Amino acid sequence: MKKLILTAAALALSAGTAFAGDVVRMGTEGAYPPYNFINDKGEVDGFERELGDTLCTKAALKCEWVTNEWDSIIPNLLSGNYDTIIAGMSITDERKQTIDFTQNYIPPAASAYAAKSADANLKGVVAAQVGTIQADYVAKSGATLLEFPTLDDTIAAVKNGEADAVFADKDAIKPFVTEGGELVWSGADVPLGGGVGIGLRKSDTELKAKFDAVITAMKADGSLNAMIKKWFGDDSQVF
Amino acid sequence: MFDSCADPKSLEGLAWALCYLTTGKHLLFYGSFFVVLALMLIVAPIALAFGFGGAIAARSPILPLRLFGKAYTAMVRGIPDIVFFLFVPVAMDQGLEYLRYLYKCPHDGTPVWANNEFAVCAAAKLPLSTAPQIWHEVYGFFLAVIAFSVVFGAFAANVLYGAMNAVPRAQLETAEAYGMTTAQVRRRILIPQMWTYALPGLSNLWMILIKATPLLFLLGVEDIVYWARELGATKSQLYDFPHGDWRVWYVLALLCYYLGMTKVSEIVLDRVTNRLSKGQATMAGEAQRKAAA
Repeated sequence: MKKLILTAAALALSAGTAFAGDVVRMGTEGAYPPYNFINDKGEVDGFERELGDTLCTKAALKCEWVTNEWDSIIPNLLSGNYDTIIAGMSITDERKQTIDFTQNYIPPAASAYAAKSADANLKGVVAAQVGTIQADYVAKSGATLLEFPTLDDTIAAVKNGEADAVFADKDAIKPFVTEGGELVWSGADVPLGGGVGIGLRKSDTELKAKFDAVITAMKADGSLNAMIKKWFGDDSQVF
Repeated sequence: MFDSCADPKSLEGLAWALCYLTTGKHLLFYGSFFVVLALMLIVAPIALAFGFGGAIAARSPILPLRLFGKAYTAMVRGIPDIVFFLFVPVAMDQGLEYLRYLYKCPHDGTPVWANNEFAVCAAAKLPLSTAPQIWHEVYGFFLAVIAFSVVFGAFAANVLYGAMNAVPRAQLETAEAYGMTTAQVRRRILIPQMWTYALPGLSNLWMILIKATPLLFLLGVEDIVYWARELGATKSQLYDFPHGDWRVWYVLALLCYYLGMTKVSEIVLDRVTNRLSKGQATMAGEAQRKAAA
């Protein structure tokens, strides 16, 4: 109770002074490199950190970064714990029913299967991260879907033989294939989704307009493409 | 942390390990141990107070109070913990923000709950979105303390209720015969004697509380389990300290921590049991009396 009073008192004090600028709380997962991850200093880092900070500077907003489990990232946006989702979230019609998206800041990208061998059974047991467009795709592909809360769990499932393959965003699992040594690409790439955008509450139309304007400008002057190439490599899809 | 750690990829062996274990992220991991300890030490007395209140209410001669005490224990015991841990903080958060909404927001007809969204004006947010991140964390921790206290308080209430009933009726009757009032009997006879009966149950609860702290993560507090998972996950060349899937080592470290905590608790609880049995009309008290004689 004392704590509540202390907190309330501190809030009341800060309330008088802190209305100088809008603070936009940026929600991300922090476990999906190179889109977003927690670096060794313990801060949010990655493509989306750089992009988000640039967007905020250009739109003259003050931004603060918050991490949240992927699982509950949409409900917590809706209940107002943060104001945006900038977490490699693909724009889909299903998600559009509950939240709004800015225009995409990454073009529709390929998803891919990775497995222990190139001729793995892609109609067998396939692991995917829960609530992703890849999980949807696997469920519809006729394979047995095995869902995990994080990307790492899906990779571990393939390594220990629980799943035949993992299906995920190609950029996100690339390091596991190129650096790990144990996994290889399997089957053809699958283009999925409508690109990645910033998720917002439907009522936040003003914020959406601000971000959209800056993203349009960054697409036009090529700075967005440069940023994509910096984080995802020179052969990645650009606008 | 150290100057020699400026270029981690050139390091090897012990120097690498030293730098790796002192990254900012690891320091946050070490810090989260204190968060968990703080949670246990704050929750334990609050839950005990809730339990005490619940037990006294459940024994009260006043009907509404008795019903409240019984309803509290029955409700919490009947509902899965995880539902409570998800429900209590969300309900409290939205409840508090709604109260602030009533006197801080302009009432222009915008609904608070509309198509899945919970939207109050910026001034009613708790903490304000302009508040530094630390306040958001303190607030999350505070909600966690309340949720844990409500749940563990109900279990404690049931334990204390049982312990109060276990105090021999003859003791209370003797006190009444000496002309003590109900309140005096409760304070002088009932409560001092009930602890020895309550302790086994309470010590169980404490052990469960120690092991329930990973639920903190459900509430958005970055606890030791979150950091162990995050630090142990495979790190590509994108990171300063790339490594494979090391989660098993981090989980083993947590295992040692939890075993250590339970061992220390057992030692302390044994001492307390000993102390409380002194002079009691129980088997343990009797054994102590005989050993001394």
